[in-house]
Amino acid sequence: MERIIKYSKALSEAIDLCMAKDDTVYIMGLGVPDPSGFFGTTIGLQEKYGKMRAMDMPTSENGMTGVAIGSALTGMRPIMAHHRMEFALLATEQIINQAANWHYMFGGKSSMPLVIRMFIGRGWGQGPQHAQSLQAMFAHIPGLKVVMPATPYDAKGLMISAIEDNNPVIFLEHRWLHNISGNVPEDIYRIPIGKANIARYGSNVTIVAFSYMVIEALFAAKVLEKLGIDAEVIDLRSIRPLDVNSILESVKKTGHLVVADQAWKTGGIAGEIIALTCEEAFGFLKAKPVRITLPDFPSPSSPGLTRYYHPRAINIINSVLKMLGKTEKTEEELDIVQKSPLDIPNKEFKGPF
Amino acid sequence: MEYKKSDNFSYRRKVKELKNGNLKVFYYDMLRIRLVEEKIAEIYPEQEMRCPVHLSVGQEATAVGVCNALNKSDFALSTHRSHAHYLAKGGDLKAMISELYGKETGCCGGKGGSMHLVDPTIGFYAVPIVGSTIPIGVGIGLGFNMQNKSQVSVAFFGDAATEEGVFSESLNYAALYKLPVIFICENNLYSVYSPLSVRQPAERNLIKIAEAHGVEAYKCDGNDVVAVYNATKKAVEKARVGDGPSLLELSTYRFYEHCGTNFDNHLGYRTEEEFNSWKAKDPLKMLAKKLIGDDYFNQEIQEMTNIINLEIDDAFAFAKSAPYPEEASLYTHLYAK
Repeated sequence: MERIIKYSKALSEAIDLCMAKDDTVYIMGLGVPDPSGFFGTTIGLQEKYGKMRAMDMPTSENGMTGVAIGSALTGMRPIMAHHRMEFALLATEQIINQAANWHYMFGGKSSMPLVIRMFIGRGWGQGPQHAQSLQAMFAHIPGLKVVMPATPYDAKGLMISAIEDNNPVIFLEHRWLHNISGNVPEDIYRIPIGKANIARYGSNVTIVAFSYMVIEALFAAKVLEKLGIDAEVIDLRSIRPLDVNSILESVKKTGHLVVADQAWKTGGIAGEIIALTCEEAFGFLKAKPVRITLPDFPSPSSPGLTRYYHPRAINIINSVLKMLGKTEKTEEELDIVQKSPLDIPNKEFKGPF
Repeated sequence: MEYKKSDNFSYRRKVKELKNGNLKVFYYDMLRIRLVEEKIAEIYPEQEMRCPVHLSVGQEATAVGVCNALNKSDFALSTHRSHAHYLAKGGDLKAMISELYGKETGCCGGKGGSMHLVDPTIGFYAVPIVGSTIPIGVGIGLGFNMQNKSQVSVAFFGDAATEEGVFSESLNYAALYKLPVIFICENNLYSVYSPLSVRQPAERNLIKIAEAHGVEAYKCDGNDVVAVYNATKKAVEKARVGDGPSLLELSTYRFYEHCGTNFDNHLGYRTEEEFNSWKAKDPLKMLAKKLIGDDYFNQEIQEMTNIINLEIDDAFAFAKSAPYPEEASLYTHLYAK
């Protein structure tokens, strides 16, 4: 029987189950016990586990990341949460110098179980410092694991895996995913970190996506189907370690590759995937691979600008059409013009945050 | 006299039973650090220890005074200048020297070098980013607190680290939850070549900064090992019973250059006069003064020196003859299982 819940609820369930099972698991973040509960992902935890295990904290991102690291050395399993990825930038010293290096630099004598949740904002004019998608920065660092689940099912399974992992895991949640719903089993289950999911099987083109772009990629695939094109959609789920084999297997089958990334083009994950494919499966490619990304400019605020800034299904659709030598279409021609404003994920989203 | 392999502890126990045993243990511990560092300085020019070294000569009393007030199960976090802290906390000399030589027998298997001395069995971790260990030390205190343990956590750092934002963040949080943390600031007046005068206003008072955060703080002569020990003991007892963190500001001075094995007064960033005034307060000399009248002490120093030198020669021979790590180990320990 299906059990349909929101992505945010799937996350709070995962954290709750892990805290119930293991006394050493705790979560801290500025606003963890807020009435809004971190966009619904920490609701009820403080009532159930008390102030020390569902802990509010001072606005000291770097210091508190060091505190989390220190507590891990005594056997605790901390989860750190940041309302925005940008706030966590203050903690990159501890994340990159310390957490990421810890196990390796001490010759394997000590490990660093640590989950750091960061939210990627978008829409409602959040602008240059509340809507950046900086995953490539973290995925660049050896020793970190970086996961970006797109579905409620994967969110829960990956959160449980992240909490149980003995390494620092950067857990990236796109704000436009917290309210999506999907089937989520009630009990504990795990999605392996570093393993992609074939979200849709197809034979003509491979669309690789992760996080929010999976939604756009699946929509694009549906539209392409009507045009007689059978697209395979790979939801990476993790961007470090990267499931290279799943990508290569698919490209060897389809010969065509589009990578949809909600971040900037230069130095990004999309480029990395294309480079890997060229190195390992160049002979299988029947056309130039394509990156669908943000333009290499900061994230603007105005809805007048963001509508051109964020790529969406139509960009994916047209890159596929062009790659296959077909005529590109407009959203009007395809009858996929979004009726609600483009700066919100759905009607329920009324801002301001 | 024959050195018993890999064990200075039996000799140390013997020292403790002597007349003025506690003071002599301090002396032994400081002398051991001094002689290890001087040996490193002596043969560093061979260019076989191929990593930066930050020698602790002149600063032995802070390490020895603090660590003697701790239990083995207490944790201590240190910095780039960590040799003294590591040895005083009980770190293995062979593993340390091997790490300096980049050998597979090193405490990090050659992956860390001199600035990453580690021994989880004695709760010791060193990393060289200034200020970075302070919040980690606080987090260890949080972990002890959450698990109702009576261990304490010590964060060693220098005067420059108090200029980092994370220092204030750490004081604030440790005070908020009354964590069992002892902040040890070794004020040696310089951040590399930059004196305090170009970094902090003259009226800046570290004790008041700590107190403003609700952390009890004391200033203490960091070259007087007995004073350091007594101050730390008090702070540890307080932390152990849940009465919260303390900060000790220990004034001291490094005799060698910031990084490396030379004396660098000729560069002009500090005066010969200042250097000599601190040499007169050499922690070993200051402790020896307290033992004037102990007729056996000079003889005991000779015995200590002999046994320490045997241990040192043994450790260096071990490190030199140990193999480099295999190529395959470059690719191990990326992730813990």
